[in-house]
Amino acid sequence: MAAAASSALHAVGAVASAKPRSAAPAVARRRSVRVAAAAKGGPGSSGRGRLVTRSAVAAKADEAAAAAGSKSGGHELLMFEALREALIEEMNLDPTVCVMGEDVGHYGGSYKVTKGLAEMFGDLRVLDTPIAENSFTGMGVGAAMKGLRPVVEGMNMGFLLLAYNQISNNCGMLHYTSGGQFKIPIVIRGPGGVGRQLGAEHSQRLESYFQSIPGLQMVACSTPYNAKGLMKAAIRSENPVVLFEHVLLYNLKEKIPDEEYICCLEEAEMVRPGEHVTILTYSRMRYHVMQAAKTLVNKGYDPEVIDIRSLKPFDLHTIGNSIKKTHRVLIVEECMRTGGIGASLRSAIIDNFWDYLDAPIMCLSSQDVPTPYAATLEDATVVQPAQIVAAVEQICQ
Amino acid sequence: MAAAALLRRIPAARAPATAFMAARPISDSTAALTIKTSVPFTSHLVDPPSRDVTTTPAELVTFFRDMSLMRRMEIAADSLYKAKLIRGFCHLYDGQEAVAVGMEAAITRSDSIITAYRDHCTYLARGGDLVSAFSELMGREAGCSRGKGGSMHFYKKDANFYGGHGIVGAQVPLGCGLAFAQKYKKEDTATFALYGDGAANQGQLFEALNISALWKLPAILVCENNHYGMGTAEWRAAKSPDYYKRGDYVPGLKVDGMDVLAVKQACKFAKDHAVANGPIVLEMDTYRYHGHSMSDPGSTYRTRDEISGVRQERDPIERVRKLLFTHDLATAAELKDMEKEIRKQVDDAIAKAKESSMPDTSELFTNVYKKGFGVESFGPDRKELRASLP
Repeated sequence: MAAAASSALHAVGAVASAKPRSAAPAVARRRSVRVAAAAKGGPGSSGRGRLVTRSAVAAKADEAAAAAGSKSGGHELLMFEALREALIEEMNLDPTVCVMGEDVGHYGGSYKVTKGLAEMFGDLRVLDTPIAENSFTGMGVGAAMKGLRPVVEGMNMGFLLLAYNQISNNCGMLHYTSGGQFKIPIVIRGPGGVGRQLGAEHSQRLESYFQSIPGLQMVACSTPYNAKGLMKAAIRSENPVVLFEHVLLYNLKEKIPDEEYICCLEEAEMVRPGEHVTILTYSRMRYHVMQAAKTLVNKGYDPEVIDIRSLKPFDLHTIGNSIKKTHRVLIVEECMRTGGIGASLRSAIIDNFWDYLDAPIMCLSSQDVPTPYAATLEDATVVQPAQIVAAVEQICQ
Repeated sequence: MAAAALLRRIPAARAPATAFMAARPISDSTAALTIKTSVPFTSHLVDPPSRDVTTTPAELVTFFRDMSLMRRMEIAADSLYKAKLIRGFCHLYDGQEAVAVGMEAAITRSDSIITAYRDHCTYLARGGDLVSAFSELMGREAGCSRGKGGSMHFYKKDANFYGGHGIVGAQVPLGCGLAFAQKYKKEDTATFALYGDGAANQGQLFEALNISALWKLPAILVCENNHYGMGTAEWRAAKSPDYYKRGDYVPGLKVDGMDVLAVKQACKFAKDHAVANGPIVLEMDTYRYHGHSMSDPGSTYRTRDEISGVRQERDPIERVRKLLFTHDLATAAELKDMEKEIRKQVDDAIAKAKESSMPDTSELFTNVYKKGFGVESFGPDRKELRASLP
């Protein structure tokens, strides 16, 4: 089974490197077929028997290729609505899914992700917690040990630092230390990242802090399409998943399919195929990269942009195929330079794809400073499109 | 008396170990017996239960046997640690057996128990077996957590025993989460979340208690007050050592934790209360003979006189032994024989555990993730990302 799957995947890889431009649809087709066949009998889909299409690929950022494949035309919504749709669908499908967090119930969620859910599902399934991150995250883990599937919201990801012990020791490690007896199918989600002058403590990027925790999976959503797909996949996953949303992306609008779909938690998304340089990014920086890409195309460059989406584990398959093609890598992230996701990714690429590199890997990260309040300083803290353009020009010399 | 003559009729042939577990004349009697607890309960915001505890001779003998088994296991673990077969941290429960045994007698396996790192005996009380326990302590693959957890991480899912936690106090929110799940699924069961007098000062306890009271969860917070948080006496760590009152608006009960019958009564009372009304705090006044762990001699912060004094006056096993004598339920010889059998049982289990092999190296990577949606992956710095999409 594993051999067959890996050989099938090698075939996919071969297709990808042989004909890069047309790789995307072939990949999507091949994966959808395999996944659809398994989805009928696979874990998490028992008793449903429905075909759940899975596409890891959005061919272009400004064209909803996924929705183009949708039979009934799709519907347009904002990112926070996409997350809400995912929650509602999963809570309807599975009675053990519940949501807990501060102001998620009666208030409707500070970013409206859970608006209306309390009225739909009641106070026992949409729980307003007191301001006690350490304990309600722990309670979510305990509930997960006993068979529920809680979705724990940190009103801002930064607040979850108070729950770090619960997330690290109990959430991440219990499956291992109990010798496999307990699974913790919890989803921990919330907005993070640098916003609009929110101040240092409300502009944190926790993905760099959580990345070492064994047993945890981390994903970052960046479009309404992948937000809904990743949320659904995270809820259905048997592993604890941390879903990183971004404060500034909640009002992004996109057309998404009407049919049910799921995004694979461990797959990266090809945003823009290209030939000259591989740009790896995630979350909000994807948009800075795509803005820079416009400038780069005008200057004659052809960047390949990949939204890595899966922060732990990295999708080294997609990333590797890209590096084998372009031989140059630029990582653009919002984490701080020290110990960020980019640092780990760079390390992983060097370990695995050193022979394919024609230039040193460049990593553009946020500065190692607390995020200042002043607008100009805040802009200087994060990576801006102009810096991305300059970096690509430097790499492609 | 005819009854006494009946009781004194002992089978001539010594029964083999397996048959020992079967009924003997004295342990068979399920006639009700009422015994008064040694001290009254002290309560906070609730009417305490009666001091008269209903039990049976059979149950008392079971108490003696179970507590003796636990005592023997812990002493054996002490020797194994000194022989360097058990490494790392090893926290022993001897002296506190009454809490584990009394609690178990009051509840069912559908109720949940979660505790901290002093968990060997709770594992046994929940139906765990000696071989798994010793194997886990020695890091063998036959251990209850496949050798990957160690002394502080014993779990038994099918008996609703949720461990086994190393970080002080972190298990209490987990326990309230278990109670939440019980309420969510409408099971009429409760969760006992145990913690020590040291952990009682953790903020997350109060957070969890607040949420449990708000949501009326069947959570019972049990403070096993052995009066020392590692090397710090309770009066040096807690402004208010009345741990049963710490719940403030949540009712509490203080129990003599060395009296197994009092523990049983209190736990039964607490379970009924929690399922009907929401959280309640229990404080078990107990004592540990060993130090905090095997790295701690246990005598730098308390006197040997204090330890031996408690052992003489309050030892839980001796108390039950006295009860058995007082009510003519067993003779000294019979109990001595029982202890010999237990010793042999424990020695056999250790021998069997020693035979178990160390976990295979491939076990390093199992159980990090549970297979579900997505790949079987070994992290970003592995050579191969094995993608077996389901």
